[in-house]
Amino acid sequence: MTALVQANDLAMTFDVSAPWLNRLIERRPRTLLRAVDGVSFEIEKGKTLALVGESGCGKSTVARLLVGLHEPSRGNLVFDGLDAHAIFKTPAGLKLRSRIQMIFQDPYASLNPRWLVQDIVAEPLIEHGLVSDPAELRARVGVLLSDVGLSPLDSFKYPHQFSGGQRQRISIARALATQPEFLVCDEPTSALDVSVQAQVLNIMKDLQRKLGLTYLFISHNLAVVRHVSDQVGVMYLGRLVELADKQALFGSPRHPYTRMLIDAIPKMTDTGRARTPVQGEVPNPLNPPLGCAFNPRCPHANERCRSERPNLLALAGIRIACHAVEEGRI
Amino acid sequence: MSLLQVKNLVVEFPHRRGTLRALDDVSFDIAPGEILGVVGESGAGKSITGAAIIGLLEPPGRIASGQILLEGERIDHLGPEQMRRIRGKRIGAIFQDPLTSLNPLYTIGQQLVETIRTHLPLSEKQAQERAVSLLRDTGIPAPEQRIDHFPHQFSGGMRQRVVIALALAAEPKLIVADEPTTALDVSIQAQIITLLKGVCKQHGAAVMLITHDMGVIAETCDRVAVLYAGRLAEIGPVHEVINHPAHPYTAGLMAAIPDITQDRERLNQIDGAMPRLNAIPPGCAFHPRCPQALAQCKSERPELLGAGATSAACWLHADKSVTLREPA
Repeated sequence: MTALVQANDLAMTFDVSAPWLNRLIERRPRTLLRAVDGVSFEIEKGKTLALVGESGCGKSTVARLLVGLHEPSRGNLVFDGLDAHAIFKTPAGLKLRSRIQMIFQDPYASLNPRWLVQDIVAEPLIEHGLVSDPAELRARVGVLLSDVGLSPLDSFKYPHQFSGGQRQRISIARALATQPEFLVCDEPTSALDVSVQAQVLNIMKDLQRKLGLTYLFISHNLAVVRHVSDQVGVMYLGRLVELADKQALFGSPRHPYTRMLIDAIPKMTDTGRARTPVQGEVPNPLNPPLGCAFNPRCPHANERCRSERPNLLALAGIRIACHAVEEGRI
Repeated sequence: MSLLQVKNLVVEFPHRRGTLRALDDVSFDIAPGEILGVVGESGAGKSITGAAIIGLLEPPGRIASGQILLEGERIDHLGPEQMRRIRGKRIGAIFQDPLTSLNPLYTIGQQLVETIRTHLPLSEKQAQERAVSLLRDTGIPAPEQRIDHFPHQFSGGMRQRVVIALALAAEPKLIVADEPTTALDVSIQAQIITLLKGVCKQHGAAVMLITHDMGVIAETCDRVAVLYAGRLAEIGPVHEVINHPAHPYTAGLMAAIPDITQDRERLNQIDGAMPRLNAIPPGCAFHPRCPQALAQCKSERPELLGAGATSAACWLHADKSVTLREPA
């Protein structure tokens, strides 16, 4: 079976140089931030790929690349056999965009406070020219709201009249309006409380089963990722370091960074456990270390790790970028 | 004797259209050197509890009734000037966002020395030495040089270490830590939690740790208090509350947390949402969402009742023949 979504060597570089005059006077070179640096993966139809990593590792930039909010500096995105970023620029792009939708993190910021829920959910339908008859529009909005567990009567309220979890459902209803096949969810439950998070995650799973949706799910919460995903990609400083099936990744994590992340999560079962957390912090992405980006924090780093950057290699059913694993040292 | 006693604390916010009760009859105590976790969802009153204890309630919020006792002495009715002397000296505070709790215009050394000299009779030089040793205790590399740096020159995790050093500066007996790791990444969070636990033990300080993350509570605390809609739902030893919750809300909350060690097809969800402060239902505040609500729950508010090793405000424990159902 071919993948619905295929990212090939996606990269995104931001120019964060000082202004032209400063560069001229102070003789400073251009500064480039490699937010995403060669990320490849594929997602099969109806499956969920989760991307995890700490702040600044490029998760959200990948999401924005996939929905076409950024144009990649290198690499391409193949969606259902089509080169997505080439098509986004043509008139056919609108049709393609309606098949890829996004859910954002903060439901307080992503809904216009001055619009009725009716207008918020109907906007994509009008924008993509799918429905123009007002009566039909109202009916469609009602159905969409019922799908996410809200009442059609809620369409005449404003976002502030809803709680965080309900607002996130409105965002989901809006994202589903154009009947997309692929949903990019950027930290959809991070702003929510746990009991409400459970409601939203359950709805997302039910909708996936019912509509055959494909998800890219971005989160920093590994427990949530384990719950929703089929495959998990771990990112560190703009690159994928490990990509594996959920069972393999949580059952036997191979990359030292993945192990560290899993170990760093406070667990409910270990009351009062003392532990020694991994030292150090994520390096500055403007000035990443030579070789493997994780080497300053890695207990298994050797000379090779400090000089040569590991590539993502297929190894025993998973893909991993680590010299130590490749050489069989760990 | 308890270090801190909170007795029937009520915090109210007067409002044009009536009065909102943010904390309603909350009682608990903290023993010397103990770590008490306070959990609850947004709006449950966790931060208000912390703010009331350190005397930093935002007006018009006020303590309407109840008492707060620090080492047996009432501190809830003290004036701003007296409270200012207690804050920092006897109760330290750590807030969520380390960038906003440090002054961007002063070096961290100036801020530490100021705090130390406000509360302790030390010379400039002695205070400087103490500041360096505090920074060393909190794991900041090369403290002699770092002391002259400004907050923006530190990363988020390092800033939070500085804030912890500030909170410990005058050797307080109690530290109120309001979501100290929420703004940090998971690997840094683990470092900060371990540090907080370690230095507080070393300095003999008790901690009131406010967080919404049950994992952090499980790993750090001795006892935990669960708040719901401004009321104490359950309080007890952390192991008991997590593994044998006595209140249906606590049980639901535990089952709603995705577990990293096992797969579940569906998460347990508590339907509905926490009531708003202006619409708290009569009786038990949780009854509209409770799968086991009795007739009594709709009209009478339960007191904290003994339930095994913990105490829960739930009528199910009034009659010992009724047992709590495990959520699916």
